Amino acid sequence: MKDMDRRTFTSALGSLALTQLLSGGQTHFAPKAKRVIYLFQSGAPSQMDLFDHKPVLRKLAGQDLPDSIRQGQRLTGMTATQEKFPLAPTIFDFQQHGQSGAWVSDLLPHTARVADQLCFVKTLHTQAINHDPAITFFQTGFQLAGRPSMGSWLSYGLGSENENLPAFVALTSGTGGQPLYDRLWGSGFLPTKYQGVRFRSSGDPVLYLSDPKGLPKDLRRRMLDDVAQLNEVRYGQFQDPEIQTRIAQYEMAFRMQTSVPELTDLSKEPACTFDLYGEDARKPGTYAHNCLLARRLTERGVRFVQLFERGWDHHTELPPKIRERAKSTDQASAALITDLKERGLLDETLVIWGGEFGRTAYCQGKLTDTDYGRDHHPRCFTIWMAGGGIRPGISYGQTDDFSYNIAKDPVQIHDLHATMLHCLGIDHKRLTYKFQGRHYRLTDVHGKVVEPLLI
Amino acid sequence: MHRLIQTILAYVALHWVMAAHGKTVDYGRDIHPILSDTCFACHGPDAEKRKADLRLDTKAGVLSLVKPGNPWDSELFHRITTQDEDDRMPPSKSASQLTDKQVKVLGQWIAEGAEWKGHWAFQKVVRPEVPCGEKHPVDAFIGKRLEAEGLGFSEPADRRILARRLWLDLTGLPPDPAGLQEFLQDPDIAQTAAKLLDSDAYAEHMTARWLDMARYADTSGYQSDGWRTMWPWRDWVIAAYRQNMPFDQFTIEQLAGDLLPNPTLRQRIATGFNRNHRGNSEGGIIPEEFAMEYVADRVETTFAVWQGVTMGCARCHSHKYDPLTQKEYYQLYSFFNRLPEYGRALKEGNSMPWIKAPTKEDSRKLAYLQKAERKAISNFRKLTKDLPIPRVAIPDGWKIQDGLVPNDSPKTRFGYFDSFTLSAKVNYEEGQTGTILSRMVPVEQGTGYYLELTNGGNVQFNLVKRWLDDSIRIITSRPVPSGSNITATYDGTRKASSIRVYVDGKEVPIRVILDYLNQSFDSEEPLRIGAGQSDFPGKVSDVAVYNRVLEPEEVLALSGDSQERNRQYFLRVSGPEKVRQAFAESVATRRERAIFYNQIPSVMVMEDSVDRPAYILGRGQYDNQFERVYPGFPASLTTQDYKPQNRLDLAKWLVSSENPLTARVTINRIWRDIFGIGLVKTAEDFGVQGERPSHPELLDWLAAEFMDSGWNLHHMLQLIVTSRTYQQSSKTTPELLQLDPENRLLARAPRFRLPAGIIRDQALAVSDLLNRKVGGPSVKPYQPDGLWGELASDANYQLAQGPDLYRRSLYTFWKRTVPPPMMMNFDSAGRETCEVTTRRTNTPLQALNLLNDVTFLETARVLAEKVVAKPGFQTDRAFELILQRKPGTQEATRIQESLAMYRKSFDEAAAKAFIQQGQSPANPKLPPVEVAAWTLVCSTLLNLDEAVTKE
Repeated sequence: MKDMDRRTFTSALGSLALTQLLSGGQTHFAPKAKRVIYLFQSGAPSQMDLFDHKPVLRKLAGQDLPDSIRQGQRLTGMTATQEKFPLAPTIFDFQQHGQSGAWVSDLLPHTARVADQLCFVKTLHTQAINHDPAITFFQTGFQLAGRPSMGSWLSYGLGSENENLPAFVALTSGTGGQPLYDRLWGSGFLPTKYQGVRFRSSGDPVLYLSDPKGLPKDLRRRMLDDVAQLNEVRYGQFQDPEIQTRIAQYEMAFRMQTSVPELTDLSKEPACTFDLYGEDARKPGTYAHNCLLARRLTERGVRFVQLFERGWDHHTELPPKIRERAKSTDQASAALITDLKERGLLDETLVIWGGEFGRTAYCQGKLTDTDYGRDHHPRCFTIWMAGGGIRPGISYGQTDDFSYNIAKDPVQIHDLHATMLHCLGIDHKRLTYKFQGRHYRLTDVHGKVVEPLLI
Repeated sequence: MHRLIQTILAYVALHWVMAAHGKTVDYGRDIHPILSDTCFACHGPDAEKRKADLRLDTKAGVLSLVKPGNPWDSELFHRITTQDEDDRMPPSKSASQLTDKQVKVLGQWIAEGAEWKGHWAFQKVVRPEVPCGEKHPVDAFIGKRLEAEGLGFSEPADRRILARRLWLDLTGLPPDPAGLQEFLQDPDIAQTAAKLLDSDAYAEHMTARWLDMARYADTSGYQSDGWRTMWPWRDWVIAAYRQNMPFDQFTIEQLAGDLLPNPTLRQRIATGFNRNHRGNSEGGIIPEEFAMEYVADRVETTFAVWQGVTMGCARCHSHKYDPLTQKEYYQLYSFFNRLPEYGRALKEGNSMPWIKAPTKEDSRKLAYLQKAERKAISNFRKLTKDLPIPRVAIPDGWKIQDGLVPNDSPKTRFGYFDSFTLSAKVNYEEGQTGTILSRMVPVEQGTGYYLELTNGGNVQFNLVKRWLDDSIRIITSRPVPSGSNITATYDGTRKASSIRVYVDGKEVPIRVILDYLNQSFDSEEPLRIGAGQSDFPGKVSDVAVYNRVLEPEEVLALSGDSQERNRQYFLRVSGPEKVRQAFAESVATRRERAIFYNQIPSVMVMEDSVDRPAYILGRGQYDNQFERVYPGFPASLTTQDYKPQNRLDLAKWLVSSENPLTARVTINRIWRDIFGIGLVKTAEDFGVQGERPSHPELLDWLAAEFMDSGWNLHHMLQLIVTSRTYQQSSKTTPELLQLDPENRLLARAPRFRLPAGIIRDQALAVSDLLNRKVGGPSVKPYQPDGLWGELASDANYQLAQGPDLYRRSLYTFWKRTVPPPMMMNFDSAGRETCEVTTRRTNTPLQALNLLNDVTFLETARVLAEKVVAKPGFQTDRAFELILQRKPGTQEATRIQESLAMYRKSFDEAAAKAFIQQGQSPANPKLPPVEVAAWTLVCSTLLNLDEAVTKE
């Protein structure tokens, strides 16, 4: 009798007692992906020049964007006072590719070849209309500074798989165009240890990593031993466990002095690697180099690797500029998919490609037969995802004939975040951190998993 | 069956509930946090989200569900224990659920009579009685609790450790050798504290903390993140702490100094506090959207800092936990939205409204220059008063030479901070249009500056970065006749109002087309005459370009007025030397004064000069206006019926004895900074979701004492550091650690890692590299090369030279999008938003930073040179310099062994390379190997846990 009562009670209460934090890397449910590589295309690539095929625009070239399409929606201050909004069809050709028949423009021949591995989401949309709030929203789920970035949420929720490397690494490439900010990989109100570590392409890959010139390695070792010894003496007197933690951190720092250079040293990569990623991959600071580093980081268990390629902000002279951007990113993006697949890592690695918003169907500035520019467009844009629990070879969502409004299946950024977390085995409503009296989430009070994208 | 289970449940639960909690349940401590965290989201202050019209945040609401003394007849208890999925609360899909312990506590509370109390922090402060026992009031409160837990204070701390603790807490710097000796010989802590409090170092230390909350920075924070000058405000804060300004005055001046009767310049500068928020200058933004964000930031920051309340939660809807409504949020908003600001900030420099903020030295110098100018002008006037100006033969084509720039010179590349004058004569036939004079990318609406003749014969002056949204464009109101001389001037202030256009020497009215210039318009193109945006078919002649703004009479001369031309020639060329000199002197003194005035920094300030209505904004969105609202205070924080008008009323209310929060919140932060954790652990949140105080009576006693002392920070700090609680040892034991891991009971002194700035300042101080200059523009000390450039194309970090490298860390230039890496590695606030919470982590990146950052290597080298330069007791001296103590035997032996190894292993060349760290040269007179070996030892000591910890 007594046992039964207890059981009744236990089950009544057991279901109430949910854990909100993931302890020891335990996920809420079985994950499909263990890691994420996010190929962020900063500046906002034009969806209708790359993926969102809109043949109707060809016929309407030069005509004003109909009011029935614009629907009085707000525009940025850069074009709001334009006298006309002439429609600018892409000058690039589109073909269907693979068994899935995905539309990809001729700008991205390599991506086109792996189209069957990719899941295109055509209907992402955002609230922000300018770069800083938009990219901050993308990274943190909120337009203003102060919240943790998605990588630091994962670092907090899942921890690291490799104790000699950070759980979250950011890599930047490209010059010019929109600037980037440390907050994009920052930890917001989460403890600083969850922030992304930016690996730099010049100088030390990790700040202060290398020993000063002239210091022999054995002396550094001896010096670190002294630090440990003297810290132990202090520990004996004060019994403060922080001292033990510090000793351990110094050891990890020392191991990073080996593990990081080993990671960034590509000299042992075979020639075929560079056939795959392109010769650019030999040059530090290029997107291709970063794609290769992303694979190496992923292999070593780094939880979240995020690339930021700058230079997609094409207000004017879009055709030559996007051609250049496509050229420096296409091969390596596709190579990464191929490479992960060949190594058997794609199934457990979620790869996401995309920018912070889309671009307008109408021309910013003067429209000619060969030249046009496009302003910011938050109402719809395309990203692609691959691997790690995502259904390959599909296109999700539809935009209207102008790639201006969403016709079917909108996906907001909170939904993307929820879906990404879901692939990693995390219920986005339960990954929380209490701050200022509130249980904060990456998805704030929004977000739902986009089930059709999942395997 | 259902009934049976219920009966069983009731039977078992009764015993189980009563056994749950040894202590009596306290509503505020035990119940309110549970209800708030689990239930308020649907049954709390937010009427819109409220389910079943049930409130659990009010007495009536809770008690309607509770039968005091009887959990089993209480609906509340039934709902949280029932098996019925439909009835059970919280619903199973809710993210926050009750633990079984919480259920038990709720049951016990009801069983004990269900006493209800309002949230403790919103009740007025009443000074509690000091308990018997310890003499010092702080110790009395702490000791009483310790005794209740069967504990006691630890032994007093070692005097050297105490000295270091005291210096670090009050000045942010370690004791200097002389100060330390004095303290060891005469250990009167009250006197020592008084001396330390009366110092610049104290003021700087307190200011550094304040800057984090005030989200102070040297850049604007969005996108391109250009510079601004808010440091005059920062220097105001230093000065305020230096004079121990009472905290109520400190509050009033920062929040509303401009509204005081006859505000002084300093009182207006103080209001920069609420202009420290970020400003967005990105192209294309909707200004109204961001204007709203700035006001919201002021509301949220002000309430976080002074009230410890998360007002931001009430922006989109009424607060989910605290009794703060959305309407109240916008009532507060209306205090802060009356300044003439524009939502799109300027990319470089301060955005409106701002004032010039001369230092006292600046003001003195300006007065001196003005006097010199007046003297020179009066001298010139005297000399020329009745002086006839003879007609002289002026050479053909003569022009005023002062500032004249050849047309083909690269010096015509003017940007938006440059003053310049363009002048030309135009002849045209009706209907002809085109560019008269330009330096621009020669396409339609291209970047650059250009004078245009437009349709209808009006002249347009364009300063263009981007035609539609980043330019100043003005046009004459009337057509300009063919054959006229046209002159346009721009003074580099980026305002259309500063532009003047003259036709034949006479200023003409202009109309502003666009007045928003945010980036420089300078271009690499050549100066073009009659070409640019479009070719001008008419004739352009007499082109003159000056790199300054010509005076009206100079323009008159330039446009061919023969009398003025004659006068100018006389004054500059042909007149008597005395006259020419006097004229030159008057020009020179005026210019000198103007140049000096221009470089006096400005500071952004608050002002109430715009009558802008405030509305409740649906979902907190700028374009979603509902009901109009007027200034008012949150009802739950006031007992009286106030009718506030403006920020001054708000500021005064915050520091009135009626306000339940300001003193508690402020003194709690002071306590937190000294003891590592506040009496209220959630220093940023005193709302119902915040943590209850560990020592509620002590907190209230301190808050009362703070107010009664006249908000005297010196008094409070002195009070705290003279306590036994403060002066005890920070050594702990496994038992104590287990019993009280966070040290909330204070049976030992705290031991925790120093904040980032102090770690760096300490290294500079112990090596004597520290430059103790107070105030002034921010500086750029060492950071790894290229950090800014990698993320933003138009920004390069100009490393400081010489003494500026060694200023205290509060003076380090703070670029918000790429903050100083050492500061961020050691958990600094990011300064993007107000941060009240402090963080402390322990990471490998911190280890690498201390090991390899040139700041710490140079410091180690300089310390090593001090040690090497004087033989004898070298290990002792190294320890004393860095750690203010002598080494133990074990430590000394270990260091000796290492030194021997270092001396053997370093060869001369490696040693030389190793000791060349930073800009300061290694002392060539000292043997490199010896210095290298000691550098490594000093680096060892700087890397010790002890060195980065306050013990």
